[in-house]
Amino acid sequence: MGTVIIPFSGHKSAMNPSHFPNEPHALARRSPRQRLYQFGDVLFENLTRGFAFLVLGTIVAILVSLVVTSLPSIKAFGFGFLLSDDWDPVREQFGALVPIYGTLVSSFIAMLIALPISFGIAIFLTEMSPAWLKRPLGTAIELLAAIPSIIYGMWGLFVFTPVFSKTVEPLLIATLGQIPGVGALFHGPPMGIGMLTAGMILAIMIIPFISSVMRDVFELVPAVLKESAYGLGATTWEVIWKVVLPYTRTGVVGGVMLGLGRALGETMAVTFVIGNAQRLSVSLLAPGNSIASSLANEFAEAVGDLYTSSLIELGLILFLITTVVLAIAKLMLLRLGRLEGTRS
Amino acid sequence: MSLSCILRRLAATALTLAALSQAHALDITGAGATFPYPVYAKWAEAYKAASGNGLNYQSIGSGGGIKQIKAKTVDFGATDKPLTKEELDRDNLVQWPMVIGGVVPVINLEGIRAGQLRLSGTVLADIYLGKIKKWNDPAIVELNKGLMLPNQDILVVARSDGSGTTFIFTNYLTKVSSEWKSRVGSDTAVKWPIGINGKGNEGVASYVRQQAGSIGYVEYAYALQNKMTHVQMKNREGQFVAPDEKSFSAAAANGNWKPEAGFYEILTEEPGKASWPITGATFILMQKVQDKPESAKVALNFFDWAYKNGGKVALTLDYIPMPESVVRLVEGEWKRALKDKAGKPVF
Repeated sequence: MGTVIIPFSGHKSAMNPSHFPNEPHALARRSPRQRLYQFGDVLFENLTRGFAFLVLGTIVAILVSLVVTSLPSIKAFGFGFLLSDDWDPVREQFGALVPIYGTLVSSFIAMLIALPISFGIAIFLTEMSPAWLKRPLGTAIELLAAIPSIIYGMWGLFVFTPVFSKTVEPLLIATLGQIPGVGALFHGPPMGIGMLTAGMILAIMIIPFISSVMRDVFELVPAVLKESAYGLGATTWEVIWKVVLPYTRTGVVGGVMLGLGRALGETMAVTFVIGNAQRLSVSLLAPGNSIASSLANEFAEAVGDLYTSSLIELGLILFLITTVVLAIAKLMLLRLGRLEGTRS
Repeated sequence: MSLSCILRRLAATALTLAALSQAHALDITGAGATFPYPVYAKWAEAYKAASGNGLNYQSIGSGGGIKQIKAKTVDFGATDKPLTKEELDRDNLVQWPMVIGGVVPVINLEGIRAGQLRLSGTVLADIYLGKIKKWNDPAIVELNKGLMLPNQDILVVARSDGSGTTFIFTNYLTKVSSEWKSRVGSDTAVKWPIGINGKGNEGVASYVRQQAGSIGYVEYAYALQNKMTHVQMKNREGQFVAPDEKSFSAAAANGNWKPEAGFYEILTEEPGKASWPITGATFILMQKVQDKPESAKVALNFFDWAYKNGGKVALTLDYIPMPESVVRLVEGEWKRALKDKAGKPVF
């Protein structure tokens, strides 16, 4: 939001050389109508600034209240909270390792599936699709993004899971599961519920986000750039890889981060299919748990300070994970930009 | 007449109207357990028609209900897991049971119909501990002579969300298995040794329906309405009983209800030949000293009305009404314990 405001105020001061409304002689020289306009400008500027700072204030307030309410659990378990896989409400022993692992792994699987597919969708829509197909396909993808997540969860549980457990999972166990090493990831009974299923459902949910952002930024590439590359004899792939992608890098990374953010925090859809077991398993076919689904499951009936504050600490960890992921993305963009700068 | 004068008159009329309607009908608020929500909602509807007083019940979960009544933001709280005498005394609360429900183990085994399979408490505990792994384990075969049990893995399904159903179920397992008591214990959510966990009754039910060879547990009402394959359980007297109205009522009547202990009683493993061993009541909490005796009186009138007239509604929703003997104890406790600030009984 800050990036929007700065050029705007610069633009205004360029138009209006005396931008000190409190200067008495400057005010005296103006007609009442001018003064009214100026008042409007100041009001508008402060109003928009207020809105922007509202977001910042809310985030700080959320962070502070998360830290304060999770203090009992931070005091009781300390750093060990992050490393313990014990989650036992009866004995009031809590550790976050299982949900952290589940959140990261299910999101990673989702990105692994969603990224290439979204990339393909965006390329097809901008470069290859016949004009009459662009609109209906694009609208369909946007509609997919509008479906509430609980629908994905129920569809996942009632429709996807039975099919998945009878077809894909036995196949995975029979093929990949037999390879030493990697095989451990595809072990156990094919229940259709677990980390892999959660990742698949998440992938379906974030594909519309990533692909529609990618499509929008790909369309911003000037036709002149692409046409000159084609003119030099480049193939479609080379144009996309060497012209379109470098030109739209920031937007693409932004879209990917949007998708990743949604995957990390997704609650209902994951709860339905991840199996909600507080156990660490190597196998992706085994049930696990994620931070958001632990919260959704246990918060309502949690009694006792330590229990609730441990759940809130889980929320705090999710908040921090999302922040770190976003920060890494920004850093990556900065570094890419600098490399580009030295090369040219 | 000037405009401001008209406005003033209008405001005055509105105020009197509001005051009048308030004197006629008082809406009471409650919050807590989700398990009894359908029956409380139906009762509230019928009571509003009968008396004009409304009830606004928010099913935010037992934990939330306990917090809200402690903070006095509601007229009553509702919880599936009763508070102990010490907890009640610490926060100056009164507690009593309102309605009864049962928890039913359900299975998905090819060729086995509802009510055919018989289990005992120790076998059920061993299955949930992961010690009995196959359906043709000698311990299960021993209880089911004449039933063909397959050599199939047992898939254990439990609730992932904190719930009164889990509390009643795990409470039963701690009573029948010392190993369960020491390794897992009993609460609205526990650390399950094995298996997968579904959210809500519907989550458990759909996992059980999908996975061949699975066992889970759901509320009686849910098992009945969805025609799930339930099992017979061996009760404390060694009898095998089926889950139904009669066996739940038997367990409730045999409960050891003590007003002085805040009616702390979980109806699991009750004596009596007809008792279903995994039964439980859901409870109401109110402040002992009432700041607003009028709304407390309305609330108690509602509960009294529900005890006397709500039985049929409860049964249609597959909840079991409290036995009359217990209701008499509860109403005696209201007269004794619930007072306004001056120390005058509210009910």
